[in-house]
Amino acid sequence: MLSIKNLKAEINGKEILKGINLEVKAGEVHAIMGPNGSGKSTLSAVLAGREDYDVTGGTVTFNGKDLLDLAAEDRAREGIFLAFQYPVEIPGVSNINFLRTAINEVRKYKGLPDMEAKDFLALVKEKQKLVELDAKLAGRSVNEGFSGGEKKRNEIFQMAVLEPKLAILDETDSGLDIDALRIVATGVNKLKNKDNATIVITHYQRLLDYIVPDFVHILYNGKIVKSGGKELALEMEEKGYDEIKKQYDTATV
Amino acid sequence: MITDKLTATHNFLEELAKQAGKAAFMPTNEIGLALQYLEDKGIPNNKHEDYKYCNIEAILRKEFKTIAGKEIDLNIQDWMQKNKCADAYNICVVNGKLSSDPKDFPEGVSIVSINNAPTEHLHNHLAKYAPSNSDALIALNTAYADRGIFLHVTKSFKKPIVIHHINSSEGNLFFNVRNLLVIEKNAEAEITEFYHSSTQKYFTNNLTEVFVGENAHVNHTVIQNAGVASYLVNATKTHQHKQSIYTNSCFTFSGALVRNNLNTAIAAEFSETHLFGLFVTKGNQLVDNHTLVDHLKPNCQSNELYKGIVGGKSTAVFNGQIFVEKDAQKTNAYQSSKNILISDDATVNAKPELEIYANDVKCSHGTSTGKVDENALFYLKARGIGEESARKLLLQAFAHEVIDQLKNETIKERVSELFQESLQD
Repeated sequence: MLSIKNLKAEINGKEILKGINLEVKAGEVHAIMGPNGSGKSTLSAVLAGREDYDVTGGTVTFNGKDLLDLAAEDRAREGIFLAFQYPVEIPGVSNINFLRTAINEVRKYKGLPDMEAKDFLALVKEKQKLVELDAKLAGRSVNEGFSGGEKKRNEIFQMAVLEPKLAILDETDSGLDIDALRIVATGVNKLKNKDNATIVITHYQRLLDYIVPDFVHILYNGKIVKSGGKELALEMEEKGYDEIKKQYDTATV
Repeated sequence: MITDKLTATHNFLEELAKQAGKAAFMPTNEIGLALQYLEDKGIPNNKHEDYKYCNIEAILRKEFKTIAGKEIDLNIQDWMQKNKCADAYNICVVNGKLSSDPKDFPEGVSIVSINNAPTEHLHNHLAKYAPSNSDALIALNTAYADRGIFLHVTKSFKKPIVIHHINSSEGNLFFNVRNLLVIEKNAEAEITEFYHSSTQKYFTNNLTEVFVGENAHVNHTVIQNAGVASYLVNATKTHQHKQSIYTNSCFTFSGALVRNNLNTAIAAEFSETHLFGLFVTKGNQLVDNHTLVDHLKPNCQSNELYKGIVGGKSTAVFNGQIFVEKDAQKTNAYQSSKNILISDDATVNAKPELEIYANDVKCSHGTSTGKVDENALFYLKARGIGEESARKLLLQAFAHEVIDQLKNETIKERVSELFQESLQD
């Protein structure tokens, strides 16, 4: 599904990603862990098409297409979904109107007509339940005045409605208490199937108790330095990132 | 050069004097004051502080060298059939002249040509809220206005009155329109003035005096969509009596030049004033909003919100004055002006001016000008919404607050449609 080869990216002339390699297949859950500043959020932003970053090398192929060649909106229409670490508040745009616009733009891209109003409302209702999102929030402006937990839940709600092929969860656990974390994780798990894939980006192992990964990758200093199964996450939790830092800092000197 | 300009203006005024009909409704002494003022001050150019960005003199000199425009007959019935608003009392004003018969109007509401207005009302209100020697455009209007309407409301009514302003002319038509709206004690009135699109080049110098009686509630909505070749100076001078509420919502979607001079004098206690504005500019448009809220008495409130979406090579001006006079204790006065620039060549000049002479008041003002929020834009794109739709959605969100406060659904819908159209290129 997703194939990243030797991906390099910089912002304001500073290189952040220094050659990332990653293969994600349908049905898989990958976790990317790493200390602050290792490039986790840059990777998600580059995959989603944020223009602040310059890709200076490598390739990203998504279902046979050159992802880096597509505008952000076309990546989303092809089935990539980024759950933001900091969801943006958009006063004046209702959640419902926002989602309807998004769904219909994706459908237009695929050559489908707009979704019928009643089908759309039924879909919204069903997915609201799935992520236990208060129906009131759907009518409110996008993320405006939402609590941290509500914002993250709203991200998963959008994901549920848009049904992406590849979901990238960028630090979805940050700022969540344990109950909110459980609800968000349950939502993600319910949406999982053999045809889609998930990349979970996180600093802590905690989230991985709920969303169990097939593969864990350790990102440090712009590179994936270690990959393994879910036990690697536990190992990191136990030992911390210091050992990794020591090992690779000395290696690069 | 300066002499040339003066000569040109002088010639313009002379030609105007020749062409303008005698307006019997305006007292001779007011005309005298106005003419004297015009002779002393001339037509304002960019050296006048109040017209710094809005050089009326240059426009008249360059664009209306000759004012040989002709008025053309129009089939009102056909026009009304196509354009009237549902669930409303519609009337038609062509080139400033009352042109349709308001026969289905409710009891307690009358509209006649200003030329046929009852003498007592003219005597009580005309030139009282717009002093003839206070501004050159007012003076010009006072001296030469020969048309306009008088609206008198004595009882509340439910459906809105929609005054459709249509242009039907050829050549460069210039005319002065004088309107008087009198809303008597305890009446509630919903009045919308709708300037419709025209392809003709014409200049309207419009002046409306509004009297809001004791405990009267007035919703005054102005929709300016007069076309890319139109020039409009629109002065609204409102006088509020005690416990009254006056709401003015002004929407500007097109016009080569639109200059709004909106003044409200809160002349008695326990009154409220709400001013809302939304303008979308593009091309070489100039939209200049000057507002003044004058708090003369204690225990009153005013609230003002103006928003602009400024594109192309256009210029937008917002100048919002609030005066709190010495007597006006316990005043609450708020003002906010927010603008979004959607092109690098567009300009916004926003200036709030508060003058407070009372010591027990709550006043605040704020102004901001920026671009579309890039983070929000990316967020929308990351959900599959294309650049253009995403921008539009954010601009709609920005304007929402001003459109949404409109109370009448029919009017709100029309304004929403025009707003959507104004976002198309």
